[in-house]
Amino acid sequence: MNNVILVNLPFIVVALLLAVGFYTIGFKRNLIKVVIGIEILEGAVNLFLIALGYVKGAYAPIYTMAPQDATNNMVLPTPQALTLTSIVIGVAVSALMLAFAVNIYRHYGTLDVTKVRRLKG
Amino acid sequence: MIEHLPALMIAVPLLGAFIAPLLKKKGSAPAVWAIIITGVTLGMALLLVREVLAQGMMVYVFGADRPTLVLPSGYRVPVRIIFEVDAIGAFMALSATLMSFIGALYSYSHVRNETGLEKYYALLLLLEVGILGMVLTGDLFNLFVFLEIAGIAGSALVGFRNYRGEASEAGIKYLIVSAVASLMVLFSIGLLYGQYGNLNMAYLSTQISFNTVDMIALGILFASFAMKCGSVPTHHWVPDAYTEVPSGINPPLLVATYASLYALFRVSFSLFGKVTMNMSSLGWIMSILGVLTMFIGVTMALVQKDVKRLMSYHAISQTGYMLLGVGVGLAVLNDPAKLAAFGRDAMAGGIFHIINHIIYKSLLLMTAGALFYVTGTRNLNEMGGLARKMPYTTIAFIVGAAAISGIPPFNGFASKFLIYETSYQLSPIFAVFAMVTSVLTLASFVKVFASAFLGPPVKKYEEVREVPRSMVVAMLILAALCILFGLFPNVVLDKLVYPAVDALLKLSSYQTWGGLP
Repeated sequence: MNNVILVNLPFIVVALLLAVGFYTIGFKRNLIKVVIGIEILEGAVNLFLIALGYVKGAYAPIYTMAPQDATNNMVLPTPQALTLTSIVIGVAVSALMLAFAVNIYRHYGTLDVTKVRRLKG
Repeated sequence: MIEHLPALMIAVPLLGAFIAPLLKKKGSAPAVWAIIITGVTLGMALLLVREVLAQGMMVYVFGADRPTLVLPSGYRVPVRIIFEVDAIGAFMALSATLMSFIGALYSYSHVRNETGLEKYYALLLLLEVGILGMVLTGDLFNLFVFLEIAGIAGSALVGFRNYRGEASEAGIKYLIVSAVASLMVLFSIGLLYGQYGNLNMAYLSTQISFNTVDMIALGILFASFAMKCGSVPTHHWVPDAYTEVPSGINPPLLVATYASLYALFRVSFSLFGKVTMNMSSLGWIMSILGVLTMFIGVTMALVQKDVKRLMSYHAISQTGYMLLGVGVGLAVLNDPAKLAAFGRDAMAGGIFHIINHIIYKSLLLMTAGALFYVTGTRNLNEMGGLARKMPYTTIAFIVGAAAISGIPPFNGFASKFLIYETSYQLSPIFAVFAMVTSVLTLASFVKVFASAFLGPPVKKYEEVREVPRSMVVAMLILAALCILFGLFPNVVLDKLVYPAVDALLKLSSYQTWGGLP
């Protein structure tokens, strides 16, 4: 029982983070907090990918200087590569979102999403 | 040379995008550079379409000894990044490059007075890279990466006029929607990778079984791509983004939206082809979403005063026709008799409507941009009597409005008629809604025509003249395409659309390329 929880701990954390992220995006009024919510979602997805790639007792997928018994006992490198790419993209997205937020603050004088509503109808 | 085309389609605009900022202090050099690069890409897309239609699916393996070597000796599964171009991918690539070219041509005069143009053209080319990557790739993770590239470039362009607060507001809306949608796409890619250990779509589609995790992944992918293509429950970002973006970017931004629609079709028909074969409910969901989208979009459009916002709501409503057409095909996918009787034609209508809509909606949004260019306002109540001052824009507007309302012999009629006919056979209510939507569309365009082009001339605009030549040329090219596609729909249908439909329908030919078992 205890072991089941321990093995699935990363996935439970992923589910929690997804819930927190969606809550933040949906219910917070400050634009910066919404951006933080998207960052939390991104953290959840990245953690999910990393947790998928983990195999207990396996070796890191580095081919030079690998020990003898690492042959046929390496994790796949793909999830790590995916996560790195996703982190880089996430940095670009959050930088752009924060730039928009700064510009919105300059023009509207507020970051409250219920007040940033000139576009409607 | 020909075999490297899929890679060059990405490489050329990417190179162009990174060189464009270097032309900062050279006057109109970035604009000319963007026109050259998009023109070259358009030429390559034409070559690609010819090649794909003649030879069948093209496969390009990055980093392999030969570009067509999918499985090196000793491998059972494809491990490299692979581009797979079949007829529908080539069709979308042609639309994307054509619209980027038109957009660059139109922008040459339209945004001349803005600052930071080298970044504008760099982002335009990056947007093109994102769209092309999405429609050409055969790899799920690559799809995510290019989705994000298109999302970032698109939202940066939406917020391009950063001296207006509204532009930033629309930009952050678009960016939040696309960031959440693409993160959820990445999550479901993780779900699929965890089970099958591969990211290649063709390989995955042979492996997919009917288990719960697959269904969750399908649901998330379906919802995310529906969100990105502006289907109804999550359509709120479309009018803002299309209104605030400079009119020259509207054509590529429209294609970026329909690249998500393409991804939706690809996921439903190819990636989950085995699953959806037994699940006509997915097709019904898609058709009902389509009907709701078209009806809600057009009713929201009727009450608008802002001319570009009105047309943006029409863009939502026209997306509904595509969803309806392809959804009808998906609903009868497991029934070969019905599929042959009307399903294939319904899908042809939906896919033909994509290119028709891109053409006439870009044309209409460009005429709206031309009105804004000469009058400085987008409010319909402040315009009037512009028809005599701007004859070319008026002609372009009439052609576009007739095409979007489905009046023969313009191109909207050809695809809408296919959709009416075929959706009637699945459920008469769908066809009724589709026709009512067309009538309402015509009504709202009569309103625009009456208030902007007819009526007494407004004193403020006595000095206005026709817009500069490059804008006129871009609009007239699109108007000519509208009429050509309407006069000879059979040529386009036979040469481009039916091969694209068959590429979606023939799952087995998608799965077995390059020696995959």
